[in-house]
Amino acid sequence: MAFVQFENVSLAYQPGGQTAIENVSFKVDENAFVAVVGPSGCGKSTLMKLVSGLKPASEGYVYVGNREVTGPLGIVGMAFQQANLLPWRTTLQNVMLPLEIVEPFRSQQKRQRCEHEAMARALLAKVGLAGCEDKFPWELSGGMQQRASICRALIHKPRLLMLDEPFGALDAFTREELWCLMRDLWQSEPFTAILVTHDLREAVFLADRVIVMSPKPGRIIDDRLVDLPRPRPLELCYSEAFAEHVHALRCQIGHARQS
Amino acid sequence: MPPSLIIRAAPVLLLLALLGVWHLACTALAIPDFLLPSPMAVWHAGVDAFDPIMMHAQQTLLTTLGGFALAVIVGLLLGIAVGISPLIYRACYPLMVGFNSIPKVAFVPVLVVWFGIGTIPAIITAFLISFFPIVVNVATGLSTLEPELEDVLRSLGASRFDILRKVAIPRALPYFFASLKVSITLAFVGSVIAETVASNLGIGYLMMSASSTMNMALVFAGLAVIGAMGVVMYAFFSQAEQHFTAWAHRGTHAP
Repeated sequence: MAFVQFENVSLAYQPGGQTAIENVSFKVDENAFVAVVGPSGCGKSTLMKLVSGLKPASEGYVYVGNREVTGPLGIVGMAFQQANLLPWRTTLQNVMLPLEIVEPFRSQQKRQRCEHEAMARALLAKVGLAGCEDKFPWELSGGMQQRASICRALIHKPRLLMLDEPFGALDAFTREELWCLMRDLWQSEPFTAILVTHDLREAVFLADRVIVMSPKPGRIIDDRLVDLPRPRPLELCYSEAFAEHVHALRCQIGHARQS
Repeated sequence: MPPSLIIRAAPVLLLLALLGVWHLACTALAIPDFLLPSPMAVWHAGVDAFDPIMMHAQQTLLTTLGGFALAVIVGLLLGIAVGISPLIYRACYPLMVGFNSIPKVAFVPVLVVWFGIGTIPAIITAFLISFFPIVVNVATGLSTLEPELEDVLRSLGASRFDILRKVAIPRALPYFFASLKVSITLAFVGSVIAETVASNLGIGYLMMSASSTMNMALVFAGLAVIGAMGVVMYAFFSQAEQHFTAWAHRGTHAP
């Protein structure tokens, strides 16, 4: 069985109301990087909520790691469009937040405080935030906040990372920097990743597979394999093969928006 | 004088200016002392009756702080309950608003019947008048929690108690401390009201007995002492607010 599996899933936020996504089925293998793209209103964020267990499906089944999702799980890490760091905590304390919630870290908290702190410091160093551990979120730039937020999503070593347009609010150069960061993090220690985005270049650059959704209600209209070789340098974005993928996806979405 | 010094000295300068106008008005219009004593007369009355004033001020301060402490405990608990439960909110709010609209001075005679004259009615009045802002602020702080912040924790499988402890309460702290500043001044109002109506101790009682002998200078001295205590307590909680919730006041000159 695939690591993440959707079986004919529909979700209506109000019972009997309009469905945000309708009859969605797909599978994601363990340690795959999958992107979900589509115009606004196609239920991308709804998909995130279903996988992470924040919302139950109205119809159909969602499985993560061979178990039906009935509520939030500790094996999922999430990063959102806004960094959502807690302003009263330092960067280090923010990153360590999941360790205070998720087992087995939670019960080790008292005894292994030093180990946990070392883990967080190492991860922060890995994303280029060494020296910012004791700064408060408002002292960091938007890009740095988002790096810290990614650290927080990864600190408890989740088997599934959900990325909900985490680079959407950043400027173009910072965004590309963070693409490379995400790529390196994933390549050094693979985990299953689902990236929701409306940036087609981002999707093609990072993912093995791109799922295209149509708006109102959200349905899957294409499932495209991105067979570009890894490791992928940033220059890849200017190659013909890359442009072809982006162009094909753009056409799909153009159709979806018109219909 | 450099501008920063003027800003820092501004409260004192304004106070001195108002005292000057007051003094001038009293001498120029030849207002008799039993109607409006001049600042100097108030000062002398205060110095003459220094010991009794201190004794009564201590009583007022202690009853105020007692009532205020009760208000903090009850306000926090009730505020948390109202803030996290829509049901409790629906049930409690109309009652609390209605209760808060009752003039507390009208309630003092009831307290006297129940507890007799003295300290206890003053403590209870201070509590009754000062707990409402704490409830409202704590409840507002909790119920305006951004769903995004909540989702960060929920997606990790955090329980409602975890969310309350890790996110909702820390985020509501600035609201809580802001309400303490309002509450402490209200608590003084409550205890002094109760003292004027039903006590034989406290600044309120001192003022009542002074006014019954037409000693207006002493009445005003009592008012000044209450005001001074209020300012000191306000400043104390303002400092506490700065200390505990500095993250919420970055780069601003908080009131």
